[in-house]
Amino acid sequence: MWLTRPFYERSTQLFLGILFAALLVVTVLHVALPEGHPLHVTSYTVTLFGKYLCYALLAVAVDLVWGYLGILSLGHGAFFALGGYAMGMYLMRQIGDRGTYGDPILPDFMVFLNWQELPWYWLGFDMAWFAFIMVLLAPGLLALVFGFLAFRSRVTGVYLSIITQALTFALMLAFFRNEMGFGGNNGLTDFKDILGFNLRTDATRLGLFLATGVALAIGYVVCRAIVTSKLGRVSVACRDAEARTRFLGYRVERVQLFVFVVSAMLAGVAGALYVPQVGIINPSEFSPIFSIEIVVWVALGGRATLYGAVIGAILVNYAKTVFTGVMPDAWLFALGALFVLVTVFLPQGIAGLLKSRHTAKEAAA
Amino acid sequence: MSIMSELTNRDRVFDFLTPSDSPVDVRHGPILYLEDVNVSFDGFRAINNLNLTIDDGELRCIIGPNGAGKTTMMDIITGKTRPDTGSVWFGSRHNLLTKSEPDIASLGIGRKFQKPTVFEALTVFENLELAMAADKRILPTLTAIMQPQYRDRIDDVLQTIGLKDLRDKLAGILSHGQKQWLEIGMLLMQKPRLLLVDEPVAGMTEQEMERTAELLTGLAGKQSVVVVEHDMGFVRSIARKVTVLHQGSVLAEGTMDEVSNDPEVIKVYLGEEA
Repeated sequence: MWLTRPFYERSTQLFLGILFAALLVVTVLHVALPEGHPLHVTSYTVTLFGKYLCYALLAVAVDLVWGYLGILSLGHGAFFALGGYAMGMYLMRQIGDRGTYGDPILPDFMVFLNWQELPWYWLGFDMAWFAFIMVLLAPGLLALVFGFLAFRSRVTGVYLSIITQALTFALMLAFFRNEMGFGGNNGLTDFKDILGFNLRTDATRLGLFLATGVALAIGYVVCRAIVTSKLGRVSVACRDAEARTRFLGYRVERVQLFVFVVSAMLAGVAGALYVPQVGIINPSEFSPIFSIEIVVWVALGGRATLYGAVIGAILVNYAKTVFTGVMPDAWLFALGALFVLVTVFLPQGIAGLLKSRHTAKEAAA
Repeated sequence: MSIMSELTNRDRVFDFLTPSDSPVDVRHGPILYLEDVNVSFDGFRAINNLNLTIDDGELRCIIGPNGAGKTTMMDIITGKTRPDTGSVWFGSRHNLLTKSEPDIASLGIGRKFQKPTVFEALTVFENLELAMAADKRILPTLTAIMQPQYRDRIDDVLQTIGLKDLRDKLAGILSHGQKQWLEIGMLLMQKPRLLLVDEPVAGMTEQEMERTAELLTGLAGKQSVVVVEHDMGFVRSIARKVTVLHQGSVLAEGTMDEVSNDPEVIKVYLGEEA
């Protein structure tokens, strides 16, 4: 079976081992140790780690299209945000009549805008299964339509990057409008509970953190299964010599479309897990800067390795948390400097460093 | 008016009369048939009333000075360039002008580019694996499993092209000549009926050239091979029939001796070299 192939790989076993060990350690330190103990992990930190794991899953999705297919998407934030909005709509409907205005159906912002009834595209979002399907479907469908048009006309390289950037920018402007019915500028917030669990309790937060860890593990294995399959080798072939691949009889645009849609869905899942943990989704997630930042994480971690993307996402975001705490103004400069240094001295990112040490050890042995 | 002339054109074969999935029909001899093909780029006539017939199992060399339209002709056959007028048939059933590049490839036309293009980030074995004739749609490719008989076939081709020892090396580290052979090997994996080979010995050493000549002559008979080449020595060593292209149309056709004694040919081409 192609899906089980990654489990026989040493690198995947190692990755899953480290990931689950980390989840276990955080859980134990959070639950078993009393508050005030120096090693106690606070609920705030658990949620922060959960956020890093969402970013890690998003980075894996970007690495799948950039590293293995050669498509530099500068708009993956759009898929992440769409997944987030689908989840946010479900969480809004769960509030029920506990909102400020106490309307049993309409979310607060709609009452505020004097809307009389729920727009049609909000129907069904009170049901968890429907919302969770939309988490995959909304980004997947956008990627399908966008990719179909772009790849069919053989748009690649810088031009494709620019239109992905335009895509996310256009969506940002659209979601800023109140008339769109997604809460405009303020987005969706004030969530109360998810699947009946109160979002403010420590147990729910820990549960979301663990769910994100499991989602990252599944996402990683799915990507790994794709890149180690024959289709993965075909996508590398499309990346390196598109015309040659076409003359071998492969439909390059369909390969690109397939991988792009899978990647968009993974990004959507990451967004959906992100929203209940940070407690808000607003149009700033669509901002082009965010999408570029994702690419920086992947570049730092190392392209075309998948685990490199995870390392990059976690490291950069940890650094961001530290920096914005200590010197908020210096963060963007630090990020820029980091990016330049890595591009110059570590063109293959941190994963490249790990790899070269590994091969050096093998050569010595 | 134009409909009337279309209908009364006796050569016209309607698309619905030619099933697209039928095997290549070579009962009438030719496997490739180009008639009155014209292409111009921005007013420049790259191909000018070109007529060319390749028989099944033939090894044909095509020579001609730079700009004679050799590569453009290959582009037309493989579906990369659409001619302004004319018709191109593969066997007597497949109208190539209505088909896309991957369709043409899966019909059984393989192409080797002028510059060797192999997948450098993949191993020699994986390069051949991707080229192998198989179901090339998305899901079958995703779930494809390496079967023992596939492995044997790849090993056979590795033997033929002499890269057996480099099986698991990345294609990026191969020498120029080895890349050319690997690319020919990839064409063989496709099990093509017709091979189009663009300048196979450019940049090769004498020995490598000899090896390539053996490889190509070994293929003829089983497959039809069309070789476009500049190197006259190489052409002389493999060619049975040579076509000379000049300014987008056929100037002369025949054995190497006939062609090289043709006064027209000497004037436009061999004259400059000799």
